[in-house]
Amino acid sequence: MALPLLTSARPATPASTGAKARVLALPKRSGPSLAARLGASARNVALNVAPPLVVVAIILLIWQMAFQRQGAALPPPSTIWKEAKDLILDPFFVNGSQDIGLGWRVLTSLQRVAVGFGIAAVVGVLLGALVGQSVWAMRGLDPIFQVLRTVPPLAWLPISLAAFRDSNPSAIFVIFITSVWPVVINTAVGIRNIPQDYHNVAEVLRLNPIEFFFKIMVPAAAPYIFTGLRVGIGLSWLAIVAAEMLTGGVGIGFFIWDAWNSSRLPDIIVALLYIGLVGFALDRLVAAAGVLVTRGARA
Amino acid sequence: MSAYLKLDHIAKSFTRGSTTTEVLRDINLVIDKGEFVSIIGHSGCGKSTLLNLISGLTRVTTGAVLLENHEVNAPGPERAVVFQNHSLLPWLTVYDNVKLAVDKVFSGKKSRAERAEWIAHNLDLVQMGHARDKRPGEISGGMKQRVGIARALAMEPKILLLDEPFGALDALTRAHLQDSVMEIHARLANTMIMITHDVDEAVLLSDRIVMMTNGPSATIGEVLGVGLPRPRKRLELVSNPRYVAAREAVLRFLYERHRYVEAA
Repeated sequence: MALPLLTSARPATPASTGAKARVLALPKRSGPSLAARLGASARNVALNVAPPLVVVAIILLIWQMAFQRQGAALPPPSTIWKEAKDLILDPFFVNGSQDIGLGWRVLTSLQRVAVGFGIAAVVGVLLGALVGQSVWAMRGLDPIFQVLRTVPPLAWLPISLAAFRDSNPSAIFVIFITSVWPVVINTAVGIRNIPQDYHNVAEVLRLNPIEFFFKIMVPAAAPYIFTGLRVGIGLSWLAIVAAEMLTGGVGIGFFIWDAWNSSRLPDIIVALLYIGLVGFALDRLVAAAGVLVTRGARA
Repeated sequence: MSAYLKLDHIAKSFTRGSTTTEVLRDINLVIDKGEFVSIIGHSGCGKSTLLNLISGLTRVTTGAVLLENHEVNAPGPERAVVFQNHSLLPWLTVYDNVKLAVDKVFSGKKSRAERAEWIAHNLDLVQMGHARDKRPGEISGGMKQRVGIARALAMEPKILLLDEPFGALDALTRAHLQDSVMEIHARLANTMIMITHDVDEAVLLSDRIVMMTNGPSATIGEVLGVGLPRPRKRLELVSNPRYVAAREAVLRFLYERHRYVEAA
């Protein structure tokens, strides 16, 4: 009876040790480690933030010295600060229909990206699932995708203007068509790599195609899907600025074009900074969402 | 009560291009309700293929698998499989892995509360109730296999198919799990079919041992009734003459009459 006794005694042991560990863990955390952890995180922040700040300061200094003289082609940082101070300091002012803060313009562009990229994400995952699952769909569609994905975003604009006869849907279409390809291709690869074991589990449970899609396919391919989404969001941010320059309206892209036409170089440089920072934030946002969603998928 | 599961003149061949390989031929076997049958043989003899044919994951070429006189040719939860590599979904917790099966099999038959109780009951049966909120990546190999067994049992299968369930585990963990499986078999009286390459495991757990000849074109070489009374105790069996005889019979079959030939 020795072994069955051992096994039946098992659940008691982990449960009691688990309870013990929990009791011990609490005082440990709130105790001396707080100050140490704060210090460590402060050091961490300093290590990550200080080097780029120093580099930025050096670049600004060199820039200032290079373009300080009269008749220089580009404005030095001091001129930008003097002339575009309102744009830098207050992103959300409203002085009239065309005289608004860059924050509003970025939000308008982000709205277009949200719609275009949202459609691209849904369509991309569905198309990717089709291509990843069916050999014939892959043979038929993959060559077409490979050709279409190399078409530059702006090359789509005239044809979409002709089709939609309005600038806003055209801009959204350009974002969609630019960012859909990496989502399709990565999803297809992720789905083709789903282990046979998961297919077997699904077959024994008799999951129907819809259950299989949501319960097995999407979670199993999630790491790949998020790689595609991350590339896609970057591309759509590239596309929106270019598309808005041509279609006009309120977005950040049109602002640059407008500033160029009225020779406001400092405004352009501030807008570039906004675009870069927002693009960086979008990339990190999708990456963070991916980490959150795919927590267990790699285990 | 006889002929609960019947394998009737089964043959299986795989075709790749122009070459056809016969893996199994002329398999005939009748399994009673509540019986524990092991299938043993050298690597490559097609024992996993045979289990896949019973589970329906692979289709037979000729012959038929009959469960309660009905032909089965597609997978289904009434023939639950415990996979060799556990096959738990890594993004779901232990509880949710079992829940996926229970929700699918018992939707409409049990209420939400009954299903939750049934999941907890099955996790307790394999002594995994304490880890219900852990993900498969956070528990040991033996624990994963326990959850795999719980998931299969939770489908309330007519037949439980175990595909080398303990092959990847260390000897001590394997012994614990063998005892658990014996205990479950005694309690629920399930019909179980287990693939194994471990002679001791086969003799300890089985009512009958099906010994396979070497492939290609493997078939059933011999069926041995173990005939040891249950409940069986690992330590007492070591010196039991009947156990020793059964063990010797299997070893003689595997290493004297049907030695594993490298080239084959």
